[in-house]
Amino acid sequence: MYQQKQFFKKTRGGKILKVHREHYLRDDIVCGSLACTTCAHGDSTVLSSEAAQYLLIDTNVALHQMDLLENAAIADVIVPEVVLSEVQARNKAIHGRLRLLVADKSRRFFVFSNEHHKDTFVKTEKGEIVNDRNDRAIRRATTWYQSHLAGKTPDVLLLTNDADNARRARDEGAAAQTVYAYVQSRTDKPELLDFVARTGDTGGEAAGPSAEGDAGPQAKRRMLYAEHKGMAELTAGLQKGLFHQGKLRVNRFNCFEAYVGSQSVGKEILIQGREDLNRAVDGDVVAVELLPPEQWKGPEGGIFREHDEEEEGVAENAEEGAGLAPEIAEDAPGAALENLDIGKEGGRVPTGRVVGIIKRNWRNYAGSLEPMKGPGGSGAMAHPLFVSVDRRVPKIRIQTRQLANLADKRIIVAIDKWDRTSRYPEGHYIKTLGDIGDRATESELLLMENDINTRPFSQAVLNCLPPLPWSVSDADVAKPWRADLRNLRVCSVDPIGCRDIDDALHCTALPNGNFEIGVHIADVTNFVHPETPLDLEAADRGTSVYLVERRIDMLPKPLTEDICSLRADVDRLAFSVIWEMTPSADIVKSHYTKSIIRSSAALSYPEAQARMDDPHMSDPLTEDLRNLNRLAKIMRQRRTERGALTLASPEVKFEIDTETHNPLDVGMYQIREANQMIEEYMLLANVSVAEKILKHFPSCSLLRRHPVPTPQMFEPLLRTAAAVGIELDVGSSKALADSLDRAQGSDPYFNKLIRILATRCMTQAVYFCSGELSPPEYHHYGLASPLYTHFTSPIRRYADVVVHRLLAAALNLTPLPERTRDKKSMHDLSDGLNYRHRNAQMAGRASVELHTLIFFKDRAVDAEARIVKVRSNGFIVFVPKYGIEGPVYLTKKPDKGAGPDPNDDFVVDEEHQTITSKDKRQTYKVLDTVTVHIEVQEPQPHRPKLILTLASDSKEQDGFA
Amino acid sequence: MEYVSPEGLRLDGRRPKEVRQLKCELAVLHRADGSAYLEMGNTKVLATVYGPHEVSQRSQSLHDRALVHCEYSMATFSTGERRRRPKGDRRSVELSLVIRQSMEAAILTHLLPRTQIDIYVQVLQADGGTRAACINAATLALADAGVPMRDLVASCAAGYLNGTPLLDLNYVEDSAGGPDLTVALLPKAEKVTLLQMDSKLPLDTFEAVLGLAMDGCKAIAAHMRQALLEHTRKQAVVRGPVRL
Repeated sequence: MYQQKQFFKKTRGGKILKVHREHYLRDDIVCGSLACTTCAHGDSTVLSSEAAQYLLIDTNVALHQMDLLENAAIADVIVPEVVLSEVQARNKAIHGRLRLLVADKSRRFFVFSNEHHKDTFVKTEKGEIVNDRNDRAIRRATTWYQSHLAGKTPDVLLLTNDADNARRARDEGAAAQTVYAYVQSRTDKPELLDFVARTGDTGGEAAGPSAEGDAGPQAKRRMLYAEHKGMAELTAGLQKGLFHQGKLRVNRFNCFEAYVGSQSVGKEILIQGREDLNRAVDGDVVAVELLPPEQWKGPEGGIFREHDEEEEGVAENAEEGAGLAPEIAEDAPGAALENLDIGKEGGRVPTGRVVGIIKRNWRNYAGSLEPMKGPGGSGAMAHPLFVSVDRRVPKIRIQTRQLANLADKRIIVAIDKWDRTSRYPEGHYIKTLGDIGDRATESELLLMENDINTRPFSQAVLNCLPPLPWSVSDADVAKPWRADLRNLRVCSVDPIGCRDIDDALHCTALPNGNFEIGVHIADVTNFVHPETPLDLEAADRGTSVYLVERRIDMLPKPLTEDICSLRADVDRLAFSVIWEMTPSADIVKSHYTKSIIRSSAALSYPEAQARMDDPHMSDPLTEDLRNLNRLAKIMRQRRTERGALTLASPEVKFEIDTETHNPLDVGMYQIREANQMIEEYMLLANVSVAEKILKHFPSCSLLRRHPVPTPQMFEPLLRTAAAVGIELDVGSSKALADSLDRAQGSDPYFNKLIRILATRCMTQAVYFCSGELSPPEYHHYGLASPLYTHFTSPIRRYADVVVHRLLAAALNLTPLPERTRDKKSMHDLSDGLNYRHRNAQMAGRASVELHTLIFFKDRAVDAEARIVKVRSNGFIVFVPKYGIEGPVYLTKKPDKGAGPDPNDDFVVDEEHQTITSKDKRQTYKVLDTVTVHIEVQEPQPHRPKLILTLASDSKEQDGFA
Repeated sequence: MEYVSPEGLRLDGRRPKEVRQLKCELAVLHRADGSAYLEMGNTKVLATVYGPHEVSQRSQSLHDRALVHCEYSMATFSTGERRRRPKGDRRSVELSLVIRQSMEAAILTHLLPRTQIDIYVQVLQADGGTRAACINAATLALADAGVPMRDLVASCAAGYLNGTPLLDLNYVEDSAGGPDLTVALLPKAEKVTLLQMDSKLPLDTFEAVLGLAMDGCKAIAAHMRQALLEHTRKQAVVRGPVRL
């Protein structure tokens, strides 16, 4: 063991410190090659002795060519430690992917700790900059490998796109090639060429193909964009207040209009046009310079654009209109704009331009290629434009040799670079999802867009499962802390066709007139142990995702559908919460235990409802259900009195063809008393468990809170309500609940509609770690409960798994895993779960939209709709039967930039939310019922969309929509 | 932050169960009765011992054993930031006490009634594990002074980061906020004279970390004993052959 010391100088908070750290050099670091006879072989010895050559990559190759490296045709790669740490410092996501590659033994990636090897460590020379020193270290590692493996079959090839580095490597006697040259030499895998990213420093050989693609040689190209300022200049500018930093959010309907939420300005800064956006892409953290106030603009398109997202869809022309179906009302830039009330200052808002990019947010984009003129002969290099399904993303130019194959496919593409000279960013192809318009492909695409992991479970994960077929063993029964509750009459009630049953109930009348009620939840933590691959995978997935036609599980199928599922007539392990309740639903005592149960019936909601409603049935199970229902109603009543909100969501249910998985019919999801009954007990169990775990672990319990909505969030609702003459009190959840109850209109659906609109004003409920907030902030607004958590669905939600562990630890059954005790990791976990949860919801909605579209593809129908919002050139309707929401145009689309058409036939009264034709013959008011005609049109290739038109009197206005 | 890479190396290139490079020198200052200079990696400590001598304040004199007095201080230049450190701040009082207690456990104080032994420990450069380094240096200085002791007290810290028990934390690892366990040991008797821990650890992990720290102490003790023997041998050479 040798020792070396390094001296660094470092600033912290402006001060110059001399940092002095030890750096040990070792002689026990192995080369990782099976062909080597001098190094010890171990688990990490992965480099095959049969490989033609080992590839040693440099930092830029790792950073930019990750998609190529992830291709299975690339194996036997040496990653020097210096590369790994540089990648970690520059791009966390890429570092994660590289680490995954290294962990996958079949890919044969080896990390060579060159910085700690006595022969490959290089000392920074005087005046040498870090980059040069690291390049030298990489070259030293290459030459070391070359001499170390001298005389053995595989030799080492340094992959670098830096021409200078490659030349120096050759001077030092090492083999070096650019990525492009290497991939070209791989004649066995010509398709690899598509994966090569086109980065700035392609050097020599690789520059060729990208130059010939666009507008001729580099020199003659016009500069289309202003230069990005360097990091030093940006930092200085930010400090002086010249620039403003913020995350760029592009308008969903117009990719040349974006907003930057800046703290230093305190308002949203509008950025308009290709030049001012200056190559920034949605999600990038950018530095913005404000334009002089006389150049400030209003959001594009005049008066009626100052609000909300849907009416953007109304106002925009077809090209920039809504995507597939009505968009989700969240996170559209317009909403934030409305909150800030910027539109009032004569329509002008702070406007700026992007001067530099602080952090790129490039990800992979799914979409399709723009149809190209001219033959795309197979094998020839073509440079088509790629159009993402995400409207906020600009078109991307890619290069491919398989244009004919990709033309009608959904593909995934990554951005590599965006030069000042090129109108569009340049990128490369990653993979093909399938045919455009194909249901399975489009589903896959929406999963990908929502970052949902659909990969099958790895072998390491599956190895954590108990051997199958599994049954309750004597050892389980013998455990003193596991109560044997198999004598109880337990049943479960779930949606039709549910196979992952994670909750069951029982209700026994006690001799003293009270009831013993138990909620039994699948004991998932008996099988999912902390820190196992299974646990880590589940934590990463966070939740099961339910699409219309399929389910993406959080846990492998044997656990989900068999071992954990509380099916009828088999013994299952459970975690039980048992209360004794008086007939007036007061809890006398509660008790928590792990248990063994045997469900006597797995009912569906309609079945349970039918049993309770049928006066002829009086078997014990039905009686239990009736008792449960009676108590649930009392609890529900009490909860409502406390101020819990009854909200509504426009949920629809598709009937799916079992063979083709295409939707056959669609209708509103019916909510029965049985649903509400089960919900009530689940809420009770969750609240009880939340209290219990918080008592034992005040600083690391995983809870769920629902923040109180701000008054601004209620504004749209109040405006609508006022227009129809209803007064809503949003002072507290109790006041809101009461006024919602009072809001009765002419027809039964009226109240539900108001509730749907109220739901949209709500904030999202989120998971959090109890140590991070003060107890008053734990409050759950919607349920009007001071505490809430998720305990009842551990099969499909990871939060519940954590809560199970917390409860087990609170009962002294198992020690609390280390990660649950740590506030930091709990914070990260709850952030991750919130992200996954939101994405799962988005994917679910997107799936409904997709199926709505497929459903209406071959049929056009007329349906009753309600107006939910009135705009200057039309209104937004909601179709209860199909759960569709979308714009109906009354006027012709305005020409771009021309402002409102003077011949406009309609006048809008914002205050009363009405729209009246000039001749006063027609008036539409918010919440009115209209009949709309629904059909699918394809205004642009590969962009089918649902078009709503007025059905009855559509003939009177020609030419809209 | 990753403190142990999947390749099994710590930030400074050590493996989890390795201590930093240890260097010790005895009798570095000639006015003192005993002195020692000790390096554990970049942590550098100087310890001096005066005594046993007459008790300076009569009233404190103990009739049945020696009075051990210890003073810990940190040089202004010992950390990256130069800061004047007041004597007798909370930390140094605590450290003085800790060092005194673990030394008292080793010194055969009953052999030296009505005397006083002064131990001065000064940190010249701090890079984590100062507590352990001070105790080790103090032992060597006492040995150099010829104070009778049961055994050489050896001390070593251990921590737990990224799910791995780590031996002898340096400053970067120490400031990670994980548990930091300092143990001082009489290695022959395997008696613990000091055990301190910041933060908390589950019991089973604690035992693993404690075991590791004790192994570290033993390794350090062996090294110090070796150094002491070598020093004695050198002195013997200087003084000329000794016939027993």
